[in-house]
Amino acid sequence: MAETATAKRSEPAPGKRRFMTETRRSRLTAYTFISPFFLLFAIFGLYPIVFTIYLSFFKWDALGPMQYVGFRNYELVTGDPTFWIAFGNTLLMALMGTVPQLIVALFVAVMLHSALNKFKNTFRILYFMPNITSIVAVTLVFSTMFGNNGMVNWMLNSFGMESVPFNSGWWGVKIAISTMVMWRWMGYNAIIFLSGLQSIPTDIYEAAKIDGASRRQQLIYITLPLLRPFILFVTLVSTIGALQLFTEPYVFLGQSGTGSTRQEGVTMVTYLYNEAFKNGFFGTAAATAVLLFIATIIFSVLNMMLSSRMGGETGRGKA
Amino acid sequence: MSSLALRRKKPDEPGIISRILFYFFLVLGALISIFPFYWMFVVATNGKDAAFQIPPLLTPGLEFFNNFARVLERTDFFRALLNSVVVSTSVTLSVVFLCTLAGYAFAKYEFPLKKTLFVFVIATMLVPVQLGVLPQYVIMAKLQWIDSYKALIVPAMVNAFGIFWMRQYIASAVHSELIEAGRIDGGGHFRIFWNIAIPVVTPAMATLGILNFMNVWNDFFWPLVVLKNRENYTIQIALQQLFTNKDGLDYGMIMSATFTATLPLLIVFLLFSRWVIAGLTSGAIKS
Repeated sequence: MAETATAKRSEPAPGKRRFMTETRRSRLTAYTFISPFFLLFAIFGLYPIVFTIYLSFFKWDALGPMQYVGFRNYELVTGDPTFWIAFGNTLLMALMGTVPQLIVALFVAVMLHSALNKFKNTFRILYFMPNITSIVAVTLVFSTMFGNNGMVNWMLNSFGMESVPFNSGWWGVKIAISTMVMWRWMGYNAIIFLSGLQSIPTDIYEAAKIDGASRRQQLIYITLPLLRPFILFVTLVSTIGALQLFTEPYVFLGQSGTGSTRQEGVTMVTYLYNEAFKNGFFGTAAATAVLLFIATIIFSVLNMMLSSRMGGETGRGKA
Repeated sequence: MSSLALRRKKPDEPGIISRILFYFFLVLGALISIFPFYWMFVVATNGKDAAFQIPPLLTPGLEFFNNFARVLERTDFFRALLNSVVVSTSVTLSVVFLCTLAGYAFAKYEFPLKKTLFVFVIATMLVPVQLGVLPQYVIMAKLQWIDSYKALIVPAMVNAFGIFWMRQYIASAVHSELIEAGRIDGGGHFRIFWNIAIPVVTPAMATLGILNFMNVWNDFFWPLVVLKNRENYTIQIALQQLFTNKDGLDYGMIMSATFTATLPLLIVFLLFSRWVIAGLTSGAIKS
């Protein structure tokens, strides 16, 4: 990367008499090459974000005139019990879907990487396969398994446990949705962890072996600390994704008409979607979007603080 | 596993028991990963009530075409499939071309504000989509793009991840001497990009293309917002529409549609899986 020798250096030859020198021409070319992104982002990214914040202070149904209402939208949203249920649901499902998933993914990555594994490519492909299915397809397939007389309840019964109402119970819905999230993303994250494992030079392990470190010691004192940037990255991305949970509950609970606002499974984004596109309250929907964004920032920062503290402790333990 | 190995006093050569345990968990995980695919196929090829038999039915049947006929009665499945093919292909071609172009500029040119602009590109990846969705909808309404493919294609034509991805690859794969040689021979900027850079970076373009195609194909939220008319539905919206309670849930029908919609992607993935996974394991992470 450092030796980014440039087209600029081929400048000397002809062109100095003209207005368009080689340097100018190459700069202009570069700006032209990158301009599509900035143009599209300005129109479909930046402007909408600014407008969302602006919109959150107005009452508007997307058709008529806008009416300034100050912080009224925020008061309405934070005064609505459904919003807080959505907030709680989102956090709970983020926790249930992400924490076990990342722990399992880490173990899977270690197994995929292990010298014991003689079929590395095959297993990688098999573990990655869930990620290629669409969320809609995943939700449809799992809703057959999580039906009242479905396979999961049959398994619970045959272990002597009671059936769980997965498509209507408070916990049932959350367990079903978290399972879908886990299934689709576990393998993907295992592959990302695997890329981290592959980046650790093997001679560190050889040195440790000579010093008599056991497999478990190698895992705790070499692998995990060196994997930290990857764990941080995956946790951050998963957290941001989990806060935006929408399709799974929307499709899963949509089977009974307007079910996506049912309290067991309503999330922040389904709340936003319904405010805007079902009820026509664009102002409160915009306020919800801003609150969602603030929540995303808070949880990302918390996440990074927590991870770095954990990293610090590992470091001390090592010394 | 490790303790077993320790007991044998040879930490380097795990015994037969730990080997068996190792493969037991590895295979178990793989089975969980692929079982829903098989289950999709089982329900799709059996009668209406196959999903809820006790004990669960685990063998494929012969009812696939009957089930699928009921899909065609309820929705224009092939139209939706075609819509998805058109949208995903256009977006992917555009993303691959424009991201390679921008990645090339960031990797091989010097220009004022280059670093700042690149950091800005990365930063845009961290903003949640939903933050802008309401005004985006309004823009689409103003442009009269609601219910049009343009609403799906134009905003997605180039993305930050693609630029980042191509820049990383081009920086190491395209040698600057080649570009200079091309300049000395009097080649124009775009011709050098097209004739010298592109042939070298096709593997990265292919990986980006496949990942992007899968993302667009699987997208649900934005098409749900901007598509109102049945005949414009993408395949994901069409699938979701089948899943409504009006006349009782016909899972054989739903799964035959889901299976048919997933199969093309599965085939593409299995054909190119080496590129996808090698791509993800080589450069997905920045720091």
